[in-house]
Amino acid sequence: MIFSGLDFAVPPGGALILNGPNGSGKSSLLKIIAALLPAHSGLLSVGSEDILGDRDWISRNLCYLAHKNGLKPDMTVAENLTFWASMMYHDSNIGPNINDIAAQVGLAHCRDLAIRFLSSGQARRAALARVLCHPGRIWLLDEPTVGLDANGAALLAGLMNDHLAQGGRILAASHINLGIDPDKSTGLDMADFSPGASRRSVYDRAEDVIC
Amino acid sequence: MLKLALSIIARDLRLSLRQGSSTTMVMGFFVMVVILFPFAIGPEQAILARISVGVIWIAALLSCLLSLDRMFQADHEDGALDQFMIGPMPLELVVMAKCIAHWLTTSLPLISLTPILGIMMNLPPQGFLPLMLTMLLGTPALSFIGGLGASLTVTLRRGGAILSLLILPFYIPVLIFGVLAVRASIDGSPAGGHIMLLGGFSLFAAAMTPWAAAAALRAGLE
Repeated sequence: MIFSGLDFAVPPGGALILNGPNGSGKSSLLKIIAALLPAHSGLLSVGSEDILGDRDWISRNLCYLAHKNGLKPDMTVAENLTFWASMMYHDSNIGPNINDIAAQVGLAHCRDLAIRFLSSGQARRAALARVLCHPGRIWLLDEPTVGLDANGAALLAGLMNDHLAQGGRILAASHINLGIDPDKSTGLDMADFSPGASRRSVYDRAEDVIC
Repeated sequence: MLKLALSIIARDLRLSLRQGSSTTMVMGFFVMVVILFPFAIGPEQAILARISVGVIWIAALLSCLLSLDRMFQADHEDGALDQFMIGPMPLELVVMAKCIAHWLTTSLPLISLTPILGIMMNLPPQGFLPLMLTMLLGTPALSFIGGLGASLTVTLRRGGAILSLLILPFYIPVLIFGVLAVRASIDGSPAGGHIMLLGGFSLFAAAMTPWAAAAALRAGLE
């Protein structure tokens, strides 16, 4: 068991920052929400709907940025973004403008370069561009700043604040301050819910509430 | 959904063209394995003609194995597999698209080489067309069954060896009916039954293995 007794709520336009020591389950919680890992027990609801493991709902509303960027090293930035945008906008004829998004993350000049020629920070920016190509309103970001320079981190903070201002939600795991407007974000220290620290719950039970 | 499947196939074809090495390596391996037989057995034309069909089929099976282990591994390493899992397309369809892309980049080039190898192995002239036809019908089963094996071994670091052990037994029916169909048409006896069984086996593999492979991928990544 990694954690138990977990309870949180994320309002529209709000962010939840997961912190805690290595191995405390930050990434695992994000994976559970994205249905990539099964939860032993628990409830994850949007409105009155239980969405824990609901792949259909998740595919439309969750955008997950993992440690790995999910981009093909042998394809260019534009090709990667076009591919994922076509995946996500398969049922509509209009998709995001790849050029605009590449410019937004500062990659306009290397949109035709293969990912393997980019530095790790640039590749991370390309992964952020993939997040922007996703129609989902809930972002799950796992250590989004890894590899980014100071400018990149500031850019990320701007993107996240814009997303929150438009009513989106963010769940992010991070060790450092992400630069999100403090009024909108709440912190959650995963160490409080690890089996050793928490004596509050007798049963192996996690209660997670979004919204 | 079809559009999504096509875009995955197009992506895999583009990657394969750009990397290039895997398709050429498979083709080279196919030719090399067949070339070894005349060296080992001797240049007697009657014997070569007798074994030619079997040798070409076996070489095709082995070459197909060579590129299987990368089928899902590359996507697993760069995180694309996780994205497919939470994406809008059912994982079963993703697997199916990737198997089709594997067939296009592996089996199709091999089939285009068989006439040359047939000449080398002294394949009787009336056997060329049946050989290519049976390979066209039978090799999709190799890619689909191989996809199941690749999904089971995706998280193993050296999955290639265990993949071969896992998969080769299931290739035996394809080998049997592929060789029987060509032999029958060389001998002038009816080959329709063998060919139908071969096609049926491919269809069965295409219909069943994506489900199993998708379940294996989900279980493997947990």
